Amino acid sequence: MANKKNKVSFAKDMQKNYPVYVMFLPVLAFYLIFHYYPMAGIVMAFKNYKASLGIWASPWTTMHGFKHFYKFFTSAFFWRTIRNTTLLSLYQLIFGFPAPILLALMLTELRSNGFKRVMQTITYLPHFISTVVICGMLIEFCLTDGLFNQIGALFGAEAIPFLSRPQYFRTIYVGSGIWQQIGWNSIIYLAAIAGIDLQLYEAAELDGAGRFRKIWNITLPGIKSTIVVLLIMQIGRIMSIGHDKTLLLQTDGNLQTSEIISTYVYKQGLGANNDFSYSTAVNLFNSVINFTLVILANFISRKVSETSLF
Amino acid sequence: MANTAKTKIKRSVGDHVIDTILIIVMIFLGIIMLYPMWYELVVSISEATQLIKQRGILLWPLGFDTTAYRLVFKYPQLLNGYKNTLIILGLGLAVNISMTCLGAYCLSRTQCKWHRFMTLFVLITMYFSGGLIPLYLTVRGVGLYNTIWSVIIPTAISTYNMIILRSAFSTIPESLVESVFIDGGGHWTVLFNIFIPLSLPAMAVQVLYYGVGHWNSWFNAFIYISDVKKQPVQLVLRKLLITGSNIDMGAETANIPNYEMMAKSMKAAMVIVTTVPILVIYPLLQKYFVGGMMIGSLKE
Repeated sequence: MANKKNKVSFAKDMQKNYPVYVMFLPVLAFYLIFHYYPMAGIVMAFKNYKASLGIWASPWTTMHGFKHFYKFFTSAFFWRTIRNTTLLSLYQLIFGFPAPILLALMLTELRSNGFKRVMQTITYLPHFISTVVICGMLIEFCLTDGLFNQIGALFGAEAIPFLSRPQYFRTIYVGSGIWQQIGWNSIIYLAAIAGIDLQLYEAAELDGAGRFRKIWNITLPGIKSTIVVLLIMQIGRIMSIGHDKTLLLQTDGNLQTSEIISTYVYKQGLGANNDFSYSTAVNLFNSVINFTLVILANFISRKVSETSLF
Repeated sequence: MANTAKTKIKRSVGDHVIDTILIIVMIFLGIIMLYPMWYELVVSISEATQLIKQRGILLWPLGFDTTAYRLVFKYPQLLNGYKNTLIILGLGLAVNISMTCLGAYCLSRTQCKWHRFMTLFVLITMYFSGGLIPLYLTVRGVGLYNTIWSVIIPTAISTYNMIILRSAFSTIPESLVESVFIDGGGHWTVLFNIFIPLSLPAMAVQVLYYGVGHWNSWFNAFIYISDVKKQPVQLVLRKLLITGSNIDMGAETANIPNYEMMAKSMKAAMVIVTTVPILVIYPLLQKYFVGGMMIGSLKE
């Protein structure tokens, strides 16, 4: 970053680089309007927002502006949404994270290149099915006469309306996520494996190393930095699961486990309640945690592998 | 993979066993990946009367009936939603790509005095955002509410995508830029005649990322577009597949035998109709994105 050329005078830089700044103007406008202005709008978390007054003129809340936060911290939804958010992420991490690595390792071990390519194409496919369609399919499959229960019936299991039972929500969410993304997420590992020096394998073979030995001692160390960076980044996002898929799979029956922070924010703000200030307060609380986690993850990532987002 | 030639000679029994297990696992995985789509296809062309009675796993169509497809194509909202999605995709991609190119070019110009400011200005938004309601009020405030622009302009730039494109731009040798300046060209010439043509794989990835994003997105349209006529296909699908609304065919209903039984096959037909186009386009794109994805994903 410490570029010597940065020391040129303001006028000279403008004269030479003004087209760059002209190009940046629309970008600047976009970020100001759709990112920075909403950031300023966060103040309404400390106010009682009234549509007639607007964000700026609305009155501050009691408790020095922290009324909404107090309301959230003391509500029954505080621990429930935090618990649901972290557990959902955690399951996704534990089961969803190793899956693409395993797939990448298996794909590399396939002898036939043609078969490998076919398998890659097949496993990438679900990535392109839209979230709404995936969830629509899941809802049909979870019915008592749906696909899952048809399979269950083969093993003599009783029919269960899976989506109306809280104990199955996380499994459905994480399982379908793996099904949809396993192939797509394996691409990055396949690329990392492709970058490993082939001479290492030849040398190991001369030393009599078997297949598992080679995977353990060459392939895995070769993609270690990729794994570590992606793992740390995902840990940094542990409290920021989005509402897109959760809202679609949510039913009255599974709310106990499916109500996460982002769906709660949506419902309080735009769903039934329309309490803009309270929703923003909960969102801000979540953003602060996410921000801290991501910064922390980035810091650790830089320490561990000298790779970071910035 | 390079060791195939050698190992072919001295493959042990154990090796054969592993290979066989691997192939079995892979085939099993392939079935899991494909069966849900096959199931939808089978349901969509099966006869509704037989489908109702069916128990156990469905492997082959029960009879053959294309009524579900005829109904789906007659359903006005779905086709209209499709049209809206195509418009959003076209306009959205044009906005996305031009804005992202401009931004990425600016961020790649490290010799600018304001380079550091521009980079920070953009990066901060990756870590902190106003959240749902402030953004919602902003979109309403600038008058985008209930227009298709509400799902295009607020998502004009994905900072992450822009950083990826900047990384691709940064790999282009600075000497090429210098040579354009010597020839009397300016920054616009550099961007359009050098950077964009030289990073086509990266551009393809941008189109793919933004395209999949627009195709998938339903929530923004859900909160910003209340007019049913302007809603994208995903919202129409959400109404039919998720909230379980009846598929209302109006006066048509009376002409369809077993209409009440058709719901399952119609839903399946909708899944097929809205998914197959992408699955057809995708293998054509595959060769572009696999190469291009590596540029941004593995930062060195």
